[in-house]
Amino acid sequence: MILRPRTEDLKTIGYYLGKIIIGLGLIMLLPFVLAILFNEINPGLDFLISSGISLLIGLLLSRLCFTNKDLNWMQGMIVISFSWLVAMLLGAIPLNLSGHWKSYLDACFEAMSGFATTGLTLVQDLDHLSYTHNLWRHLGPFIGGQGIAIVALSFFVKGTSGAFKMYVGEAREERLLPNVIHTSRFIWLISITYLILGTLVLGIIGILIGMKPVNAFFHGVCIFMAGFDTAGFAPQSQNVLFYHSLTFEIATIIIIILGSLNFNLHYQLWVGRRKEIFKNIETKVFFTSIMLAFLIVVIGLNRLGVYPKAIILLRKGFFQLISGHTTTGYATIYARQFISDWGNLALVTLIAAMGLGGCACSTAGGIKMLRLGIIFKALKEDIKRIILPEKAIVTVKFHHMKEVLLEDKAVRATLLITLSYLTLYGIGALIGTFFGYPFLDSLFESTSAAANVGFSCGITDAGMPAVLKLTYIFQMWAGRLEFMSIFTLIGFLVAAIRGKK
Amino acid sequence: MIHKVYSLQFTVYRIFLILFTVHCSLFTVAYAQVISSTELINNAKQYDGQVVTYSGEVIGDVMKRGNFAWLNVNDGANAIGIWIEASLTKDILYTGSFKSKGDLIEITGIFNRACPGHGGDLDIHAREIKKIQVGNKLYEKLDINKRNFAIALFIILGLIWILTRLKTR
Repeated sequence: MILRPRTEDLKTIGYYLGKIIIGLGLIMLLPFVLAILFNEINPGLDFLISSGISLLIGLLLSRLCFTNKDLNWMQGMIVISFSWLVAMLLGAIPLNLSGHWKSYLDACFEAMSGFATTGLTLVQDLDHLSYTHNLWRHLGPFIGGQGIAIVALSFFVKGTSGAFKMYVGEAREERLLPNVIHTSRFIWLISITYLILGTLVLGIIGILIGMKPVNAFFHGVCIFMAGFDTAGFAPQSQNVLFYHSLTFEIATIIIIILGSLNFNLHYQLWVGRRKEIFKNIETKVFFTSIMLAFLIVVIGLNRLGVYPKAIILLRKGFFQLISGHTTTGYATIYARQFISDWGNLALVTLIAAMGLGGCACSTAGGIKMLRLGIIFKALKEDIKRIILPEKAIVTVKFHHMKEVLLEDKAVRATLLITLSYLTLYGIGALIGTFFGYPFLDSLFESTSAAANVGFSCGITDAGMPAVLKLTYIFQMWAGRLEFMSIFTLIGFLVAAIRGKK
Repeated sequence: MIHKVYSLQFTVYRIFLILFTVHCSLFTVAYAQVISSTELINNAKQYDGQVVTYSGEVIGDVMKRGNFAWLNVNDGANAIGIWIEASLTKDILYTGSFKSKGDLIEITGIFNRACPGHGGDLDIHAREIKKIQVGNKLYEKLDINKRNFAIALFIILGLIWILTRLKTR
């Protein structure tokens, strides 16, 4: 029997949602400060208005729904799935007010793409966008990559039990420290430390390659935020191709790899356990997968003679591949060149790499390396069972921060999520094909949206059908939250309509 | 009289024909010269190694690299990197950004689908550069509606915040 949600449930959800919205409203004041520094009047007003609306809604919600109760599992999941939608709707306001997006739907697309660390864009005339709006575009991934709830957890939420449910709702199960709030704060500590270092490095490179110092550091902070959070936004329309620099590309590759590694692994390195990087199942699988995919991409590109020199093939091939595999989406080629130049073998390999994604508990999207490792281990276990005598007891272990015994429950959960991702990639591809795009192009774009990559082969455009925009928004949202909180939200809505009192 | 009318008609016809021919030839020359970024990117193999003319607004920074420099030129659809002698960039006064409209330039040079000298970038090695239009600074005009809305919003927000504080006490 399905029970209709009680008023108490709605109040608790509203209260915590209000807190998150207040957090978002306060963060919107950061671009406002930048607007004052750069004397950008109207962009500053856009953020003042958006911040005011967010704070008003947040304040009203948290007051009207005031409660002392902690979140239960269902409420935690609902808060998370709603908070991402609300963040999209509110985060789109300053973008829409700028006039650089053709409609509010386009601005919502951009906001979700940012928060979900995807990087697909519908911006018009990006090269004339203000510093203020550009900062917001790149701040979105930095907030969303760490987790919108983590912002709230770090500053507003007191109860650790409810906090953990929100943390899990954002597709993170690993606690770096015993207390989830301390874990959130540690994730911020890592991210801000890297932010300072990354901005300095990119800023200095920017100056050395001929950029004006202010622009060099502004680009540095933007590229770092969207790179470390595997989003792939850039302040200029040419993306990373704008810089025409190998040094800049190498620095970007290092940043995106760091962002796609498990935060728990960062913690292990932070506390001096460097051996973990060589023992961990995820890093092993990630390395193998990158190398294997790179080999196939090289074969594919070489067979078609896409690039005139081997060194160029390696540079272009590796950059796009690592960018796709880490689900970043930074590109040094134009969108249409994926289809016109790369050929089917390299393209399909890139799609597969994008679909597999980076490491769990990182800012990367996709199926994740830990799941891939578990699936291989389960396969190995099953093969062993067939080969060995029936009475033999087969156990399989893997190393992920500690020795873990492979259990059927973990395999089942892994396969369920993997299947959900594959279904999501497929559905998006079918919808794209329905609107007349070639299947391979549609699959590329769909995988890019659902795995939060951000590469485009040219489909993502302000002129694409609204249904396709909504499809990609859903894919980015579901892909980032890894389904469980979305399933809970669907269940909640069904219960609200059909449940008994 | 009839002869005169025919003669006048013939002259008008001839003038029209000459004007039409000049118009068509001018149009053809212009169309053949400037190639759009979309055309270049979508048919990169066809234009690879050819001398092309490309026109657009200089955006971002002019990035000097020794005796050469990188310009990024946007024609409204895409921006393409232009590798050019640094001395030829001296006349560029404005580059496109939020606060300025960049100089509009026309470049003639060799188009590379995957430039062997620049890590495989799609670029143009400029031989000639012509400034078509000087850019300018863009001055913002305060949006009164936005300002008033922001003020009203924060007054309401302040009142609600004060009310909630009072209620809590």
